Amino acid sequence: MAKSITQEFVKGLWEEIPPFRLVLGLCPTLAVTKTIQDGIGMGVATTFVLVCSNVLVSALRNIIPSKVRIAAFIIIIATFVTVVELLMQAFTYPLFLSLGIFIPLIVVNCIVLGRAEAFASKNAIGHSLADGFGIGVGFTLALGALGAVREVFGSGTFWGAPIFGPSFEPFSFMIEAPGAFVCLGLMLCIMNLMGKK
Amino acid sequence: MRELIKMVVVLTVLSAFSGGLLASLRDSTKDRIEYQQLKFVKGPAILKILEGATNNPIVDRFKIQDGDVERSFFVGKFDGKTDEVAFESSGKGFGGDIGLMVGVDPNTDKIVGVAVTTHSETPGVGSRAKSDPDFVAQFSGKPMIETFKVKADGGQVDALSGATVTSRGVSGGLTDAGLIYKRLKPKLVEKLKDFSKKAVKTKQGEKNG
Repeated sequence: MAKSITQEFVKGLWEEIPPFRLVLGLCPTLAVTKTIQDGIGMGVATTFVLVCSNVLVSALRNIIPSKVRIAAFIIIIATFVTVVELLMQAFTYPLFLSLGIFIPLIVVNCIVLGRAEAFASKNAIGHSLADGFGIGVGFTLALGALGAVREVFGSGTFWGAPIFGPSFEPFSFMIEAPGAFVCLGLMLCIMNLMGKK
Repeated sequence: MRELIKMVVVLTVLSAFSGGLLASLRDSTKDRIEYQQLKFVKGPAILKILEGATNNPIVDRFKIQDGDVERSFFVGKFDGKTDEVAFESSGKGFGGDIGLMVGVDPNTDKIVGVAVTTHSETPGVGSRAKSDPDFVAQFSGKPMIETFKVKADGGQVDALSGATVTSRGVSGGLTDAGLIYKRLKPKLVEKLKDFSKKAVKTKQGEKNG
């Protein structure tokens, strides 16, 4: 592992930004990015789970027998997801209401298990923390960007505040699931074009 | 053999640790979550149903044991008397349970108002059960203990167009609410009497104090 901790963090922001480069975790990406708040809220929740599970998996990587490692990872991840769910219910209830079922579904988000299996179980705690945090921030940025585009076109608002005049007719296709697909596809396309240079 | 023991031990310790952590967290956030739910989900629905009440129905609540579950009843006072009670029920919708808040007048056994609290219905289709006031308004004034059915099933409820399953869910939830009400009415009336007495007492207490 020649990479430094900073490099591990930075790679999550562009090189391996989850929904675009890794093309993982598409279920929440498509489902909760109706508004920028929802997107960022989901991203923050996922980041918390990613960082905590990465650190714990990395700390226990020599103790967990390899035959039951997936089971152990799922226990760790599910615990942190439930922690997030409870905290969200207790402190940011409106956000919990709009994210609904997708909070418990972080358990089966491929990104979280993917990072635990592919990275944290093989690397030291510092690197795992940076990796989880980087991927998490990248995921948050991506969801926020997707949410912003969909919110602006789909409801004519940005962070809940209207930005167009009353004559604006919302392009409600963007709020529906197919709109999310099209939007994600276009963003992927733009990123690939930029990556080619 | 050693590996087997290690696997069992590691998983057991992990699960126990996780269970303990979650149990303690749940305990410490329980009250806050209940308050948040009241404030954001049930609160607006209760206030809408018991509109014009002179007290705060969210504070004036009591619980009645119904078999295995405890049900909360929210009391709305009008002109100082205990007049209307709101309680919860739920029905099976298209995307899961639909939570309902039902207001009833115990003197006449009639529905005073219905509101949808929680649901996971399709946005723009089934979600109108919550957002369209005309849909829930049709239940006001109907007898509480009745079997509600949508017109397509030979009943009396005007379904939301394109959302028959949701409408069926709400109707089913209301029918259940009627059964709950029927089952608990004796206890409910008893509690309400106590409640008005208590309220009068505290008022007198305030005067004396």
